Amino acid sequence: MEALEVLRERLCARFSGIEVALIPNASPSGQSSLLLSGSGLREVAYFLRDDPALRLDQCSNVTGVDWPEREVVDTVKETQPGAPGEAPTIVERKIKRTEPGCLEVVYHLYSIALRQGPLVLRLRTGNRTDAVTVPSFTPVWRSCEFQEREVFDLFGVVFEGHPDLRRILMWDAFKDHPMRKDYVEPDDYEWEPTPHGDVLAKARKHYPVPMAPGATDDPATAGKISE
Amino acid sequence: MTNDLPVTGSQARVRKVKPSAFDLRGSSFPTSDGGGDLLEISLGPHHPSTHGVFRMDVVLDGETIVRLKPVFGYLHRNHEKLGEGTSYLGSMPYTDRLDYLNAMTNNWAYAIAVEKLAGVTVPERAEYVRVILAELTRLLNHSCLAGFLMQDCGCSGTPLMYAFREREKILDLFESLSGSRMMCNYQRFGGCRVDPTADWLEGARRLTDGYSAFLDEYEALLTGNEIIMARTQGVGRLPAALAVSAGVTGPMLRASGVAHDLRKVDGYGVYPRLNFRVPLGDHGDVYDRYMVRMLEMRESIGILQQALRDLPGGPILDPKAKQRGLRPKAGEAYGRIEGPKGEIGFYLISDGTGNPARYRVRAPSFVNLTILEDLCLGHTVADAVIILGSIDIVLGEVDR
Repeated sequence: MEALEVLRERLCARFSGIEVALIPNASPSGQSSLLLSGSGLREVAYFLRDDPALRLDQCSNVTGVDWPEREVVDTVKETQPGAPGEAPTIVERKIKRTEPGCLEVVYHLYSIALRQGPLVLRLRTGNRTDAVTVPSFTPVWRSCEFQEREVFDLFGVVFEGHPDLRRILMWDAFKDHPMRKDYVEPDDYEWEPTPHGDVLAKARKHYPVPMAPGATDDPATAGKISE
Repeated sequence: MTNDLPVTGSQARVRKVKPSAFDLRGSSFPTSDGGGDLLEISLGPHHPSTHGVFRMDVVLDGETIVRLKPVFGYLHRNHEKLGEGTSYLGSMPYTDRLDYLNAMTNNWAYAIAVEKLAGVTVPERAEYVRVILAELTRLLNHSCLAGFLMQDCGCSGTPLMYAFREREKILDLFESLSGSRMMCNYQRFGGCRVDPTADWLEGARRLTDGYSAFLDEYEALLTGNEIIMARTQGVGRLPAALAVSAGVTGPMLRASGVAHDLRKVDGYGVYPRLNFRVPLGDHGDVYDRYMVRMLEMRESIGILQQALRDLPGGPILDPKAKQRGLRPKAGEAYGRIEGPKGEIGFYLISDGTGNPARYRVRAPSFVNLTILEDLCLGHTVADAVIILGSIDIVLGEVDR
């Protein structure tokens, strides 16, 4: 298959209104990916499927990735003019900034006809709360139907143009999206006859558990009797 | 679960549906051609024909299926989240539990993904042993599938028990090698956990040489059987174009006539050195799916004989490969192999720590289910049961 850089140029030349970024992959697998953004992305998908040099007719794997908001520290080097006659000093400054979070959908495309691949496509949502819509590729590759439903169910990405976007693994009345990094499990503790360790800490929140002499509430040592 | 009306009492719940009252998912309700009433049947989830806990929401016009929505997730335990919470090695035994038949190939697919991610090499002997175990798994899976499919057709017991007799022999081999019949936990990053002994290899050779006789017996019983042919031929036809678009893989794709086998296409392991053919079907119906698997088993026997003959000496595990403390540098990898059910793949993202930042299982059963409705439309409930059987699903893998 052509190099990703070449394909990126070709896509940018052919489609106006989209941006294509190459996401390098430093791991030995060498599977770098293309990040698509802009409007009319489904047309790009049709092009990837039908272009005679690519013919990516199989969308093998669709999955979501959650990137929560995180703090990044950038180190900036600044040159400050020194006193007259002395060399300028270089001062390192650390700047903290918050990188906004997003949800990502990853598609692994292969060509059965030409036996090539994978081409890894990525789509990103605007944020993790209200701008979570990306175009659905189900009209292009039917294999996205269940897999996009799964990403919708577990990550909360909304696929625009999906014919039947419902939860698929969790039940309909379920509220949250369990694969998100900040998902909090429901507190469904059940009575344990001999709680210990972090189970003991959990048990104490629900009813009084007799404390062994010398035991502490610290989950690391709870249930162990100190000397 | 999804979209549910309350399920009480009997498993096959039949009720009359008023088209006007039916707007549970906002999709329009199909109408009857013959002017009669439509029936909605809930098939499953605890029905023997659904191979686990699986439900089909079927709408019937007379005996004909006019709509079918698969409903699953009953076994969902968020396997992928568990994978994020444990080390790379810690997920290895979990991959066994995706599929109670194919622990060895699931292990291998996961090991391949991690090896790609961390750049680990595999000694030659381990590659051969992996091929041997994968092909034994294929024999095991396809024999059982044929048995289950025949059970679904109504030949109760006999073919399944014949298959289980052979399955037990293979499981004995797995047990003596890995310590466990089904939850093998055998592959490691950069090789395999223990070296097979000469006795074990002799046992594998004996089993391989005897397997043709079992297949001859099995096929004499089933392949030419008039009732089975009448029951399965022309049922659940899957056109090649739809199969490719829907991401269908494995014997199901090849039964539709698409020559796509990852053992040939990707050429992973030592498969390029082994001589074998890829059987293809002509019609893409249930009978072809059965037949392709039967022919694949014959090829697997050939692969096993070659691999057992050529098995080189040397180490079974790359001594430099880290297991417990593996921390691949940040990046991602998608590794896939040809499992007995189709393309089993693992997608891993590393952030440089000891746990994967994302661990994704591309389960063949899950993706192959996408076209279940397309296959069943226009057929009867009895046909839907064998169509589902011919897809070869395991719910542990579908629901993850």
